[in-house]
Amino acid sequence: MAESNRELLTRSIFKRNPIALLVLGICSALAVTGQMTTALVMSVCVTLVVAFSSLTISLVRYQIPASVRIGLQIIVIATLVILVDQILKAFFFGLSKQLSIYVGLIITNCIVMGRAEGFAMSNPPIASFVDGLGNGLGYGLVLLAVAFVRELFGSGSLFGYEILPLTTNGGWYLRNGMLVLPASAFFLIALIIWLLRAIDPSQEEKD
Amino acid sequence: MEHYLDIIIRSIFLENLPLSFFLGMCTFLAISKQVKTAMGLGAAVLFIQVITVPLNNLVLNHLLKPGALAWAGQPDLDLSFLGLLCYIAIIAAVVQVLEMFLDRFVPALYNTLGIFLPLLTVNCAILGGSLFMVERDYAFGESIAYGFGSGAGFFLAVVCLGGIRERLEYADPPGGLRGLGLTFISAGLMAIAFMGLAGMEM
Repeated sequence: MAESNRELLTRSIFKRNPIALLVLGICSALAVTGQMTTALVMSVCVTLVVAFSSLTISLVRYQIPASVRIGLQIIVIATLVILVDQILKAFFFGLSKQLSIYVGLIITNCIVMGRAEGFAMSNPPIASFVDGLGNGLGYGLVLLAVAFVRELFGSGSLFGYEILPLTTNGGWYLRNGMLVLPASAFFLIALIIWLLRAIDPSQEEKD
Repeated sequence: MEHYLDIIIRSIFLENLPLSFFLGMCTFLAISKQVKTAMGLGAAVLFIQVITVPLNNLVLNHLLKPGALAWAGQPDLDLSFLGLLCYIAIIAAVVQVLEMFLDRFVPALYNTLGIFLPLLTVNCAILGGSLFMVERDYAFGESIAYGFGSGAGFFLAVVCLGGIRERLEYADPPGGLRGLGLTFISAGLMAIAFMGLAGMEM
């Protein structure tokens, strides 16, 4: 393995961001970014699941027969997601209601499967863990960036605290209704993709 | 009857899986370059959805719910925490069996849907459909209607996006926006257009 753990961690955050460059795991990215709180909780959940599923799968990678590997990976991931889901339900019930089905959908988040299949199956446990951590953080970064714009300009607040006083409460800021709509996340992610590709033109798609 | 029709219409237009809940985005964006492949994907989703949602409904009501195991002499057992694991296992199994079945008995259909079927195990729209069914507590009949409606909604959305993207081939956007960026923006505009249907009541 030529890359150090540090490179493994940082390359997925910037150079090979799972959402913006590899287009993985977008479903949840769009749905939970209306508020910073939900985006943060979702990022933490995904980071934990992807890091520990990579670790687990990497530990047993010599024991897994190739023909049933997808099934086994899904079972490992589903077990971890159930764990996260139950913890959320037990300690943060309100948040777990807000995230509704999207916690369960971490199972089908392509980032988790992608890292398990693409990295953990052929690399030692520590490197896989770090790689999973990096991918989770890269995912979280985009999520938080989108949520920041949507909550600040859509509702005038961050983490539920008022930053820009709204006209409805006697302030000066007229909120941008479009950013409250889930559809605005599409536009914001498109802009992020554009930005990243402008910085690194080698990522542009050819005809 | 009207009630079932309401569920179908609602899940196709008002609560469209990809455009209102952003489920199945990965495949939705990746396999919509042409109308023809988009139709194949849409049909595969519809097919699987109609089978898995009612099947998961049966599993939920007869095995997992608190008290559901009363017929086996275990009235106090609550296995609903195993839900996620069961649903995904059923989806994976149905996809696998369906693939083998189509390959053996309906080769024509297998040739159109075949390549998309394995992808659908990890498609959030399929799992999402089952999870919404659980969250909304649908009865068996309602779950069939919902499975059909949500599948048809995915079909509609992915074929429309395919049509738009075929046209966009001739456009000349800035380099960084080409491909993925532009697809995101068109999907966003479609989502807004679908919101226009939101006030519709049966």
